[in-house]
Amino acid sequence: MGFDAGRCPNGHLTYPPHPRCPECGDEQTGTVDLSDDTATVVTWTTSYATPPGVREPNTLAIVAFDDHDVRALGQVTTDDVAVGDAVRPVHVDELRDPAAGIREPASQAWDGYRFEPVE
Amino acid sequence: MSNVAIIGASMTRFGERDGWVRDLLAEAGSACLDDAAVAPNELDHLYVSNMASGEFEGQTGVPNMLAHDLGAVPAYTQRVDQTSSSGGAGIYAAWQSIASGASEMTLLVGGEKMTHRTTGEATDVIASLTHPVEYKQGVTLPSFAGLTARAYLNEYDAPRESLAEVAVKNHRNGVDNPHAQFRKEIDVETALDSPLVADPLRLYDFCPITDGSAALLFCPVEVAREYTDTFVRVAGVGGATDTHVVHERADPTTMGGVVESGRQAYERSGYDPEDIDVAELHDMFTILEFLQYEDLGFAEKGHAWEDAVDGVTARDGALPINTSGGLKSKGHPLGASGVAQGYEIYQQLLGSAGDRQVDADVGLACNVGGFGNCVTTAIMEVN
Repeated sequence: MGFDAGRCPNGHLTYPPHPRCPECGDEQTGTVDLSDDTATVVTWTTSYATPPGVREPNTLAIVAFDDHDVRALGQVTTDDVAVGDAVRPVHVDELRDPAAGIREPASQAWDGYRFEPVE
Repeated sequence: MSNVAIIGASMTRFGERDGWVRDLLAEAGSACLDDAAVAPNELDHLYVSNMASGEFEGQTGVPNMLAHDLGAVPAYTQRVDQTSSSGGAGIYAAWQSIASGASEMTLLVGGEKMTHRTTGEATDVIASLTHPVEYKQGVTLPSFAGLTARAYLNEYDAPRESLAEVAVKNHRNGVDNPHAQFRKEIDVETALDSPLVADPLRLYDFCPITDGSAALLFCPVEVAREYTDTFVRVAGVGGATDTHVVHERADPTTMGGVVESGRQAYERSGYDPEDIDVAELHDMFTILEFLQYEDLGFAEKGHAWEDAVDGVTARDGALPINTSGGLKSKGHPLGASGVAQGYEIYQQLLGSAGDRQVDADVGLACNVGGFGNCVTTAIMEVN
């Protein structure tokens, strides 16, 4: 249930993890849990034309984590968001209906994190 | 000087078409052979640019199908899938086939059949190119455009209207393209008042869902001369990738694959950005025209919007962009789009673009797959 970023021996972080570090090419051998970190909204959009099984409207943000040098993209819990807002991750069991889209449901996880504004 | 020539070109009408991918590919492929007066049995290689005929209509194996339908058996065939840039990747592959000496006559046909699907279904097929951590959040390509447009407008203090100007220009150009899906002028107010799709982008910031096909015929220059005096040369091509996961890019307003593929195409051709007379850029979303314009060196970072507002990129401007109407008004049948960009540059360089004609000796086409995930750039010149 963690929010794992991949880490290579040189300390580079990526979310999601990759077999090899995109920065230096070394194998990623560790993970860092981002679920307790806060983050800052870099940019956001609200999508009003979503595919089957996705909530509509769907507000999405790219965020930069505050204590780790890594970014993530995720749904936002509200449509009221702005660049520079502080957010924190909240776990959701199912971010979209796995059976409604084109992707094989068994091929990936469907739980994950939304971002919730913090005061 | 490049030894790779293009001696024929064709495209079908883009829009909602009755035919399926098999019909569309054969229509463009056959017309291209006729355009060059080359017989099907003269083909050594036949490439088909297509993203998702299996997903859209349950038809796979399209290159072999087309070889049979065109009477080109036993030509070697290959499918080129690079999502939205499959067509540009097909130009790259066809150039390789001739430049390497593996083929002396290569037909490239790009095509896609999409409009029988709902917008949601088609959007989902395209969004299936994303990483699992993106896909589960319900990300679509239009939502990436919304995220990027907001970052661009904030970072460079660009007015929202400047994006509408791209739509207005490309719709204006499309009026004079008999193959275009939309042949209707719009004004800035209409674009700005259209429904929100991915805030801050609205309906007129997006290309439509389209059926269609386009084709180009490649051969060595010495072979071209046996057929015709009117051909163009592929001066240089480039191809590159950027991160698969879009949010992992350091600067959301730069497309690294555009920068790198452009650098390669300039280096191989010997041309610089200042030498380009006309260009087709991948305006799947209006914001993409700005990003490519800057990343290909036509303007400093953050200044493309000024050239759009000032008319530099209009048909009568100093650097006409998307004289075809672009993906915005011409339509975007995924695998066909990059080939159709090549079709427009070919017509412009030969002086055959009719009402869309501009003065051009060197043209560029940039085809973007995913959200800049994989990109090709081709530079063509008059013979």
